[in-house]
Amino acid sequence: MYRWDFSPVIANGDLLLAGLANTLALTGVALAGGIPVGLGLALARLSGSRFLSAPAGVVIEVFRATPPLVQLFWFYFGLPIVLKVEMTPYLAAALTFTIQSGAFFAEIFRAGIVSVDRGQREAARAIGMTEAQAMRRIVLPQAVKRMFPAMMERSIELMKTTTLVATVSYADLLYQANELAQKTFRPLEVFTAAALMYLVSISLVSAIAALVERRMAMSGEMAR
Amino acid sequence: MTAPLLRIEGLGKSFGDRAVFSGVDLEVARGDRIAIIGASGSGKSTLLRCINVLERADQGRVVLGGEPVGEEVRRGDRTETRYSEAALVRLRQRVGMVFQQFNLFPHMTVLGNVMEGLVTVKRMGRDAAARQALAELARVGLADKAEAYPAHLSGGQKQRVAIARALAMEPEVLLFDEPTSALDPALVGEVLDTIQALAGEGRTMLLVTHEIGFAYHMATRVLFLAEGGIYEQGTPDEVLKNPRRPLTQAFIAGHRRFSF
Amino acid sequence: MTYRWDFAPILDNWQALAFGAIGTVRLFLVCLVLGLSLGLLVALMRRSRHGVLRWLAIGFIELFRNTPVLVQILWFYFALPMLAPVEISPFGAAILGISLNSAAYSAEIYRAGIQSIEPGQWEAARAIGMTGLQVLRRIVLPQALRRVLPALTNRGIEIFKMTTLASVVAYVELLQQGKLVASLNFNPLEVYTVIGALFFLLLYPLVRATYALERRLARSDA
Repeated sequence: MYRWDFSPVIANGDLLLAGLANTLALTGVALAGGIPVGLGLALARLSGSRFLSAPAGVVIEVFRATPPLVQLFWFYFGLPIVLKVEMTPYLAAALTFTIQSGAFFAEIFRAGIVSVDRGQREAARAIGMTEAQAMRRIVLPQAVKRMFPAMMERSIELMKTTTLVATVSYADLLYQANELAQKTFRPLEVFTAAALMYLVSISLVSAIAALVERRMAMSGEMAR
Repeated sequence: MTAPLLRIEGLGKSFGDRAVFSGVDLEVARGDRIAIIGASGSGKSTLLRCINVLERADQGRVVLGGEPVGEEVRRGDRTETRYSEAALVRLRQRVGMVFQQFNLFPHMTVLGNVMEGLVTVKRMGRDAAARQALAELARVGLADKAEAYPAHLSGGQKQRVAIARALAMEPEVLLFDEPTSALDPALVGEVLDTIQALAGEGRTMLLVTHEIGFAYHMATRVLFLAEGGIYEQGTPDEVLKNPRRPLTQAFIAGHRRFSF
Repeated sequence: MTYRWDFAPILDNWQALAFGAIGTVRLFLVCLVLGLSLGLLVALMRRSRHGVLRWLAIGFIELFRNTPVLVQILWFYFALPMLAPVEISPFGAAILGISLNSAAYSAEIYRAGIQSIEPGQWEAARAIGMTGLQVLRRIVLPQALRRVLPALTNRGIEIFKMTTLASVVAYVELLQQGKLVASLNFNPLEVYTVIGALFFLLLYPLVRATYALERRLARSDA
């Protein structure tokens, strides 16, 4: 029978927590960047002009149909060669996940905007609003409510995808766990602890998201 | 002889290779009330939507107050009409529309709906806009519903709010696209009464409708659309009581079967 | 920015990459089959009247959906051998991680599909005397599976992308071979561009097929 011993884990708990903090920080940065990128891509995709919609389409399809790990390696190992810039793991990760999540958000935004009844845009135009005003005042506010569940889901996926940065030696939770496991020769306890930390964080965020969704659905009944 | 307020010259529209209508000419003087009737698919709504350019006509042009709405640009041997955003925005402040499906903004209150155009398009201050909006609501008899959300209104009330929203912009011409077709029969009356009151004020209106009886009492002129154009037009007595041409006669006869 | 792209070394090493591609496809097929079938089982357990089965299923789904796949793979590779006297190869760890993860996701997909079938279908089938299992097999599942086919296809595409994670435990798939070639020739830019392009060329048609499938189903459902 294996003798479980979590003491090395607890002794180095601060390292693991620091890793978790880095995971959350990276997720936050990628979200903060990915949402505006996604909105921009979605609006470009929806615009009438080929000049905008075609490149946006390419970015979206490429970043959705290629594995995130390949993207990360490309940005970390490949890009510095072309651009001749210093690339840190953090920078490569931030860049990769901002664009990658942006591509997924773009599809969510697009679906949300398209789901708003055509008549709403027409009524807004009929009283003299420009396209921009119609989008800002009438269509987007209605679209946001519908997109919220999908956005929360995608954000939680992002939290899990950030573990990939451990492969380029960024000190996130998984990286710290791996280092610790090798140092203490206790991979079972360490990885189990790390898994639990992820489980708790993600379950918490999911629960909060579900709560907010329910709250939004209720207010939606009144404001519809 | 004063120039007509609105003029449509040679308007044509096709969807794919199906021509909905072509060669439509129409002059609308201030104070005219024009009812547009016809079978489904005859292009009544499309014609109306071409006037405020929610649909773009393929041929012809729309002239408002003596100025053409779009800019004609020569492309080889064809002329194309281009509509700038600014021109469209100006047009739609002068030509208002009421939709069959109301299209009220569900995330705003009734008052919010009516004042939205004043604040966002006319750049009025919120207080002045609210006051004006409230006055329009009072005019359609719904001032007490100012703080309600559209979801809580009946169909008839929603449409009256939509009318108030269009009126708030102080348009010179009002377009009604089958305003009562989506309503329960019991609620049709209150909307027609509202439109009749507007008629009494001498407003210029174009009304696409199936309500033949109402058209008879309200309109100064009736257009019957068929065969890709204005098949017959005249006073209500001429078109609705004594139609001259066969298709019009068949259409009116079909409707009379169901009216009391 | 006049970098001279040089794809020649990659062509020279095409065999290594092909070997990797085979590994990718092998891993993908195993995880696809295991993941999607286990997922159906878990979905049925989730609906079971027996509390134990239901809670086992719920626990499984929550655990494998709320932890990252990479953590799961590493746990199976490094941690499991401590618990059980088994040898876990990179292939084995990757299969365990990716399949169980996919099973959890597809269980939720199946569940949504089954729940979307109107109760009237159940009632009509029961009314002619079918057992619950027969109703599932003959009436509900055929309809439910049709409805969730696009979601399952999406999941399949995700599984394919996940195979790259196996490179972290040095399983011989396409990305792992790419790392090798890049380290031999010092040309990561060209290598990872090619690998990205290969994945894209394979997956993009599948993505379009999924859209078409969705549209076809929407039409026939209406």
